[in-house]
Amino acid sequence: MYEGVVQDLIDELGRLPGVGPKSAQRIAFHILAADPTDVLRLADALREVKEKVRFCSICGNVAEEPECRICRDPRRDHSVLCVVEEPKDVVAIEKTREFKGRYHVLGGAISPIEGIGPDDLRIRELMVRLADSGIVEVILATDPNLEGEATATYLARLIAPIGIAVSRLASGLPVGGDLEYADEVTLGRAFEGRRRV
Amino acid sequence: MWVSQLALTDFRSYPDVFVDLGPGVTTFVGRNGQGKTNLVEAIGYVATLGSHRVATDAPLVRFGTEQAFIRCTVESHDRQTLVEIAILAGRANQARINRSVAARVRDVLGILRIVVFAPEDLSLVKGDPADRRAFLDGLLVQRVPRLAGTRADLERILRQRNALLKSARAARRSDVEHLDSTLQIWNEQLATAGAELIAARQSLLSDLQGPAVANYAYVAQDEQAVLALTYQSSLTGALGEQVPVGSSSRDDWRQALLDAMAHVRRDELDRGVTLVGPHRDDVLLELGPVPAKGYASHGESWSIALALRLASFDVLRADGEDPVLILDDVFAELDSARRQRLAQRLQEATQVLITAAVDADIPDELLGSRFRVDAGKVSHDR
Repeated sequence: MYEGVVQDLIDELGRLPGVGPKSAQRIAFHILAADPTDVLRLADALREVKEKVRFCSICGNVAEEPECRICRDPRRDHSVLCVVEEPKDVVAIEKTREFKGRYHVLGGAISPIEGIGPDDLRIRELMVRLADSGIVEVILATDPNLEGEATATYLARLIAPIGIAVSRLASGLPVGGDLEYADEVTLGRAFEGRRRV
Repeated sequence: MWVSQLALTDFRSYPDVFVDLGPGVTTFVGRNGQGKTNLVEAIGYVATLGSHRVATDAPLVRFGTEQAFIRCTVESHDRQTLVEIAILAGRANQARINRSVAARVRDVLGILRIVVFAPEDLSLVKGDPADRRAFLDGLLVQRVPRLAGTRADLERILRQRNALLKSARAARRSDVEHLDSTLQIWNEQLATAGAELIAARQSLLSDLQGPAVANYAYVAQDEQAVLALTYQSSLTGALGEQVPVGSSSRDDWRQALLDAMAHVRRDELDRGVTLVGPHRDDVLLELGPVPAKGYASHGESWSIALALRLASFDVLRADGEDPVLILDDVFAELDSARRQRLAQRLQEATQVLITAAVDADIPDELLGSRFRVDAGKVSHDR
């Protein structure tokens, strides 16, 4: 145990995801040794992120304005909507530069073990969006695990009666990889989702 | 296939041990508590990523140490595969195959195939349905390693579904209909994964049937009593005649599972658990017209257990190569007639590893390479 404030800092850092007690200690001593202006910049960034950042009123992504950058952008295609679990998934898809439509962030996936049901996700907001804007296709980009699949199936059921096309991201082989290293489930899915060339 | 080398570090009672093995019969003889079984248990772990003695990994790591290592060389079709597994109690294990890191420890499955005979085998006849499911699934995963993933998915789906059913029980009546739409999603996931496992179990069972009959007749020296294996589906209570008995079609079972879940919906909501599915199935063992459980004598029960293990050997062998046979302290349990006949069958196998407390337990036919195991030391004995 260290003197009061140092231990407090270590304890706080240790609560962050992916940071264990040893890493927390290392970061704490790095901060102690660092230049005061650098540390204050970090502190400001932390405070600002909590004060300024909120969630976009339309899509649920992180934003500094009431609406996020993507929802405000008039060049984005308003007819396609991509549904993801978390804001970090938006960033991942944005990096591809392939998708020109807009997003809807659910805030998680259906998981009864964690007590997360459809009501705890931003599904009602999604249905409102679908009801009155000119959306013609919804792409379900939830994680390819049990909970993500369950969420995608649930949404597909919900949206189908409205008459909007629903698609699910393909599962399959990683680009640049070797076929022999793919696990059986992935390879099996790739076979199921094969396409004509 | 056979195991040519086994090295253990901090596994069970062994700080460090290395054993050179050859094809044919190898026996490990030593008093109780000296570490014979630990050796074959380690080989079993390489084949199944589990122990035939304990359900968790923690007891496998030597008391007071953090991790155990198993290094095992498997010879198959003139090819050597070195499998290394680090067992880290409480954390995810790691594995290397031929010195390169395996993406998932599960990739190790399928490299080494084994059939283990142990005193606990009696529970195949006398034990709970869970023992017979474990027998089927253990054999399935060795034949089709992919099914290990299906089983893991299924476990998670059941946990999710049970959590949902429990929350439905707590919810007000008006909310129940709303929960139904979510339940539907988990029903489908359970039906898809469950159908895959049930269909695979069915086709395995039909492959086992013939060899089981032949081996029982041989071990028991009784041509009259026919051993029958029948899959007992948990869907029967809900669907009666409509259960696709004996079918190994996934689509049949998927539909049957969905129908059964719809049928027991009220009960499931009342009790908060999943009442139908592969996790509640069983295998009925019958000798002639009577069920083995409760009716078979001690000797008959042993003959059935041996017949099931020998049938497993035949089924794995039919896939192209002999699995390694492991007999952990079994001979002491058998009378001399059964001993002789088991010994006779064992001689055909590529590699047989036997543990026994005293030399007298081992039939003379099974001479072969002998090791003494004493206080964690393994020494060759000529």
